[in-house]
Amino acid sequence: MNPRHAGPARLRGWWLASGGLAILVAGIAGLALGPADLGFGEVLVELVDRLPLVDVDSGLGERQQAIIWEIRLPRVVLGLLVGAMLATAGGAYQGVFRNPLADPYLLGVAAGAGFGATMAIVSGVGDGVGILDPVPLSAFAGALVAVTLTYLVGATGGRLDPVTSLVLSGVAVASFFTAVQTFVQQRESETIRQVYFFVLGQLRTAGWNDVALLAPYTGVCLAVILMVRRRLDALGVGDEEAGSLGLDVRRMRLITVVAASLGTAAAVSVSGLIGFVGIIVPHTVRLLFGTSYRVILPLTVLFGGAFLVLADVVARLAVQPAEIPIGVVTAFLGAPFFVLVLRTARRAR
Amino acid sequence: MTTIACRSVIVSFDGVEVLRGVDLDVPSGGWVTVVGPNGAGKSTLLRVVARGLVAGGEILLDGCPVQSLSRREVAKLVALVPQEPVIPPGMRVLDYVLLGRTAHLGVFEAEDRGDVEIATSALHDLDAGQLAGRTVDTLSGGERQRVVIARALAQESPVLLLDEPTTALDIGHQQEVLDLVDGLRSERNLTVLATMHDLTLAGQYAELLVMLDAGLVAESGSAAEVLTGEAVSRHYGVRVRVIDDEAGPIVVPVRRMT
Repeated sequence: MNPRHAGPARLRGWWLASGGLAILVAGIAGLALGPADLGFGEVLVELVDRLPLVDVDSGLGERQQAIIWEIRLPRVVLGLLVGAMLATAGGAYQGVFRNPLADPYLLGVAAGAGFGATMAIVSGVGDGVGILDPVPLSAFAGALVAVTLTYLVGATGGRLDPVTSLVLSGVAVASFFTAVQTFVQQRESETIRQVYFFVLGQLRTAGWNDVALLAPYTGVCLAVILMVRRRLDALGVGDEEAGSLGLDVRRMRLITVVAASLGTAAAVSVSGLIGFVGIIVPHTVRLLFGTSYRVILPLTVLFGGAFLVLADVVARLAVQPAEIPIGVVTAFLGAPFFVLVLRTARRAR
Repeated sequence: MTTIACRSVIVSFDGVEVLRGVDLDVPSGGWVTVVGPNGAGKSTLLRVVARGLVAGGEILLDGCPVQSLSRREVAKLVALVPQEPVIPPGMRVLDYVLLGRTAHLGVFEAEDRGDVEIATSALHDLDAGQLAGRTVDTLSGGERQRVVIARALAQESPVLLLDEPTTALDIGHQQEVLDLVDGLRSERNLTVLATMHDLTLAGQYAELLVMLDAGLVAESGSAAEVLTGEAVSRHYGVRVRVIDDEAGPIVVPVRRMT
């Protein structure tokens, strides 16, 4: 990186390539490592074998192939989708609210999803009713209700500036949903364990089904966020100046918030409330590659996905045969890593 | 070439009228500077020209009411240099100037080579080409002001609004910035509407001065007509001596001896 480089901020090829490489490494680790160790080389050969016109023998048995294609690959893909979505939504929120501490749960998505999931678990419909698992559906609905409520309340903020009003409204809505959820959970204490697992997040039950449910939401929401990334840079000069530059600030904020919230709601409904990714990944990218959202957001998609897949590998290896919740891993690994980046990036400047 | 016309403009905040029926015309390619004591409504006037949010009356750009135009359309006609621009941390000068191109890009469009050329030439016009790779938050006050004006130039709008462009600058840089703006005005046929506190400087650069007091136009005309000792002391509540000079009236405050 050369800060005196005279061209405009833009993505460099090798930055994208390093993101792609991170995904590849994380993906192969995710396929190879687990209770049954498969070996990196064999997994790589097995993947290459599936390419059209390529026929090589990985030496893996049928059972091992099934572990890769039916159990681990959907889990890796789910991790990529959820990680990319949460991290990018966090980055988009930080831009649109001009607040470095904004995370994708700022407007009540997590509290709403937690509430929705708890209601489904408590009412007992959560015990496998065919393909459509009611827990994620209910969590998704809860998340959307909470964000919509936040937006409606925030829009009536009166004297406050719109950003402050929206953030405060998010705090109020989140507290309310958390309170109701805690109340319900206390009264139905036998379900606490299940609720607890949802709150800490897991990629455990992942099958291709979850991937198919999530992929369309993630695809559309990520695409929208990436398309408005240049305008997030313009928003950096504040609402009034951005308006005088010709930006329709309200519409821009609405588009971004809807895309980020919808994607987050879909992600947490299948993965539970995985924390930390939405703050740590975009900030790490910002420290390493620059402050323009044109650069930050595409790289956050890649590194967010890779980070969550690696965290998931640790989650299932650390205390075998049990799994620790992935939310614990993201914070446990992410926090020291971020401190490291913070220190080295400052020295480099 | 664009004219600005304010017709009995009324603006109120919380029921208090800040502008109480202001009429003002800026001819195409002209330079009008609004002066007046703090709270007279100078900055508010510039803001409503840029946004058209009036409670009464109307603002016309080339005869077209601002209210009827979209944000983008207004931004293509009017560029604002704010009094205290918000500087995004870590943003480099060239990227900052490129923000001026926002109105010219589609919703999902990125700037192309042509936009970069426009931004670069705006920086060169303000003798700030060498700053392109620096970050805006490391610039001195004078450098920063030139970069903010470069952003407004990159907008390629025929009207330039300057809100207190010299307040943060030493006298050398004040003169430098105003000379640059005046040069650009004739070079690019810009119409300039500015607000200023320094009456002497205001009189030396504007073709027409408008003095606002309590939301109304109190005086307007040439510098010699507006900057009289009597008018200045009445509206600012200050004792001044006005010295006639060939460059224009020089207004000097004089301490009250008790």
